Amino acid sequence: MAAAAPVTQNEFGWTPDQPLIRLVDVHKSFGSLQVLRGVSLDVRKGEVICIIGPSGSGKSTLIRCINALVPIDSGTIRVEGQEVNDPDLDKLALRRKVGMVFQQYNLFPHRTALQNVMMAPINVLKQNRKEVEVRARALMAKVRLQGKEDAYPGQLSGGQQQRVAIARSLAMRPDVMLFDEVTAALDPETVKEVLVTIRELAEEGMTCILVTHEMGFAREVADHVYFTDKGLIVEHGPPAEFFANPKDERTKAFLGQVL
Amino acid sequence: MTSHMSSLSAVNPAPANPMPVLLPFQLGARQRRFPTWRATLLHGCGIVGLGLVIAGTAHAQSGPGQLSAIGVIIKWFPLLMSGFLFNVLISLLSMALGTVAGLGLGLGAISHNTLLRQVAWGITQFFRNAPWLVLLFFAMFMIPFQFTIFGTTIPFPDWVKAVIGFALPVMANMSEIVRGAVKSLPSGQWEAAESLAFSRRQTMWMIILPQCVKRMIPPWMNLYTLVAMATVQASIVGVTEMLTLIAQVHAAEGGRPDLLAPLYGFAMLCFFIYCYPIELWTRRLERRFHLHQ
Ligand SMILES: Nc1ncnc2c1ncn2[C@@H]1O[C@H](COP(=O)(O)OP(=O)(O)O)[C@@H](O)[C@H]1O
Ligand SMILES: [Mg+2]
Repeated sequence: MAAAAPVTQNEFGWTPDQPLIRLVDVHKSFGSLQVLRGVSLDVRKGEVICIIGPSGSGKSTLIRCINALVPIDSGTIRVEGQEVNDPDLDKLALRRKVGMVFQQYNLFPHRTALQNVMMAPINVLKQNRKEVEVRARALMAKVRLQGKEDAYPGQLSGGQQQRVAIARSLAMRPDVMLFDEVTAALDPETVKEVLVTIRELAEEGMTCILVTHEMGFAREVADHVYFTDKGLIVEHGPPAEFFANPKDERTKAFLGQVL
Repeated sequence: MTSHMSSLSAVNPAPANPMPVLLPFQLGARQRRFPTWRATLLHGCGIVGLGLVIAGTAHAQSGPGQLSAIGVIIKWFPLLMSGFLFNVLISLLSMALGTVAGLGLGLGAISHNTLLRQVAWGITQFFRNAPWLVLLFFAMFMIPFQFTIFGTTIPFPDWVKAVIGFALPVMANMSEIVRGAVKSLPSGQWEAAESLAFSRRQTMWMIILPQCVKRMIPPWMNLYTLVAMATVQASIVGVTEMLTLIAQVHAAEGGRPDLLAPLYGFAMLCFFIYCYPIELWTRRLERRFHLHQ
């Protein structure tokens, strides 16, 4: 406690005391449709933030910008200091830091659950197959899918597939996980098993950005909640305050509808 | 009657399934059986019908002292079959060549490189919209009969040129099959692969194409039957395949007009017996693919 540990900089001059993700005035249009109209937000290491808002307000676009699935028009996005909108972006370096889970799971249907988890570390990171397999089996156990290693995605329920998708992302050992409405396509019974997995991740200190419609979950797990409408962050705050007394009329109207 | 029914339902408590969720499944099973049964019947009728045409004309019209048409076919059977096998060989080689070339062309047609994509698209459209016979002539007259590389002369006989001639439309159609299959996969597969840092090439070969194979097989088999039947056009450009041999056999037998129908009927029968099972199998795969969609 006495002497501060030497602050280690990464290759981009980023130190862990700075925000892990920093968005400054991000704009994005699809043709004439302005989807993001100046979004700024910071996410610190170990923080869990939830983004809520009406459908079409640009939530998916926002988190897709963070791992460069969608190129932005202006503003800056930095992940651990690495500038995402750099034309010479090292996408591999970025994407091994940022894991992403989708609403539709998007597992590779021609590969078993275990192979889905192992594919990227072996083929992208060129890691040793044996070591990857050990890790992949541990991840399958972590998402409570022991015994389903050899099942194909088509043989698994939606909730099980989604947990394989989470394990697949974790196998890259990311520093931050993006979740885009990952429970929206699930049966109510299986929503819980996926939320439990995400909660455990959050409790272990994984930095998470969640787009979600599960208000109860956001209230319990999030450190910070952002409300977006028409491409702008309208209001944000710690969940207790945010849900107890929203200030903006649009937030009130939205919460009134979903709660 | 009523008591009989009730005793039955007592033994088997759910005679008509009360769970409506199971209904679509049963319907599906019935729909699946019907076309197969109909197809088999058609198959049988076709073969018997063709057989009757050949045998009928053969028997009715053979004059005294002449070999009956069936006798002629039996006499020349080994030769005619060797001709037919040559057709099969040409079709298989064209298909192999065209498939490999078409795979390359199809991948070019979906490339992110604009120039490559446009060139591949142009070639695909050009060869897809040309009559096969014209492409055959094109190959026949554009390709020299021999190549000389480093002092060794590689001959290019007519039948090799015919293989190339048929491979051209196969290539163009295969290109479209590949492009269509790749486009039909949900974009989520690309996004998931991209977010896992797979390169575009890795995504294509490890994730997209393996899933496309299943979708490509039925149209590819369909294409094959078309090629197999088209190979008889090679006789027009002087390749000695089945149709050429039939004309020669006919001439050798004195050019009797009563032999024309049986001989050409026999050729039809050979192609039918070869292609129809492939056709049936294709349809079964297509149905299975739709059921597992
Ligand atoms: N690739 C795209 N091309 C064109 N329009 C898009 C694309 N992606 C999203 N949009 C549009 O942008 C708007 C915001 O979409 P999205 O970010 O998915 O919102 P949300 O996730 O909040 O529902 C929508 O109107 C959507 O139709
Ligand atoms: Mg969305």
